[in-house]
Amino acid sequence: MAKGAVKSAPAGVERRPALAGREATGKSVKVEPLGPAERVSLRASAESVASLSRALGLTLPQKPKTSAAKGSRIALWLGPDEWLVFDEEGKDLLGDCAKAKQLHSAVGISHRNVAISVSGPAAEACVNAGCPQDLSLAAFPVGACSRTVLGKAEIILYRPAEDAFRVECWRSFSDYVFTFLSEAARDAAA
Amino acid sequence: MLLIRCPYCEEERPELEFRNAGEAHVVRSANMAATSDEDFEKYFFIRSNPKGVIYERWRHIHGCARFFNAVRDTVTDKFVMTYKAGEPKPKKLPGVAK
Repeated sequence: MAKGAVKSAPAGVERRPALAGREATGKSVKVEPLGPAERVSLRASAESVASLSRALGLTLPQKPKTSAAKGSRIALWLGPDEWLVFDEEGKDLLGDCAKAKQLHSAVGISHRNVAISVSGPAAEACVNAGCPQDLSLAAFPVGACSRTVLGKAEIILYRPAEDAFRVECWRSFSDYVFTFLSEAARDAAA
Repeated sequence: MLLIRCPYCEEERPELEFRNAGEAHVVRSANMAATSDEDFEKYFFIRSNPKGVIYERWRHIHGCARFFNAVRDTVTDKFVMTYKAGEPKPKKLPGVAK
């Protein structure tokens, strides 16, 4: 994935990612913006889950704090009837959701959110600087995800690997969240 | 920091993710137009405000975003238990005499 990626856009349209070019490195943690992705906020009742799972090509997780991944597509459990689905290769999530015949609500939020990667041996300490949840591997294993807070901003946290976190926040909060994580990265030690 | 058990997330989470939403089990009249002024006042304004065990609505706003009910002690600020919205008042409270 390109850093602060600028994907090829239609001629005359310049894509300006919120955190383009920013990066922060501590002794054992690196904070950097992730590239753009397709994102969908999905709400559906239990009866619609099977139909949506077929349409999206992955099984929507039904247990708290769990996620499901298939290829470049990842679904995060946010609530009993709510998921964040994102696809880093930009495949058409809304189109796939529309194939599901059961009642559901799929809202495109690709541009509402910004993703930040926190990686390195001290990633856990870095995120914990502002997030009050227990992020030890016992409580927050690889693949775990949760909506929570970082400092004063709401974030969605996902752990793709033992020493890496994906922090999603609203675009308007991204400057605050990135600066917060950069400051934390300076102090964080594994 | 207090840890509050969310009945939907099925685990204890830090209090910063939650928001209080007032007293629980306040029943709205099915026929509001026929409600007398006194009854409406009781429903709308009067709260029990006990010293001791209170039943409250809470919302896991920075988590699963669900409303649920919690039993809390107003003297010690300790949470006795939490249960899902719509469930009846628990008859027996764990660890509370009486």
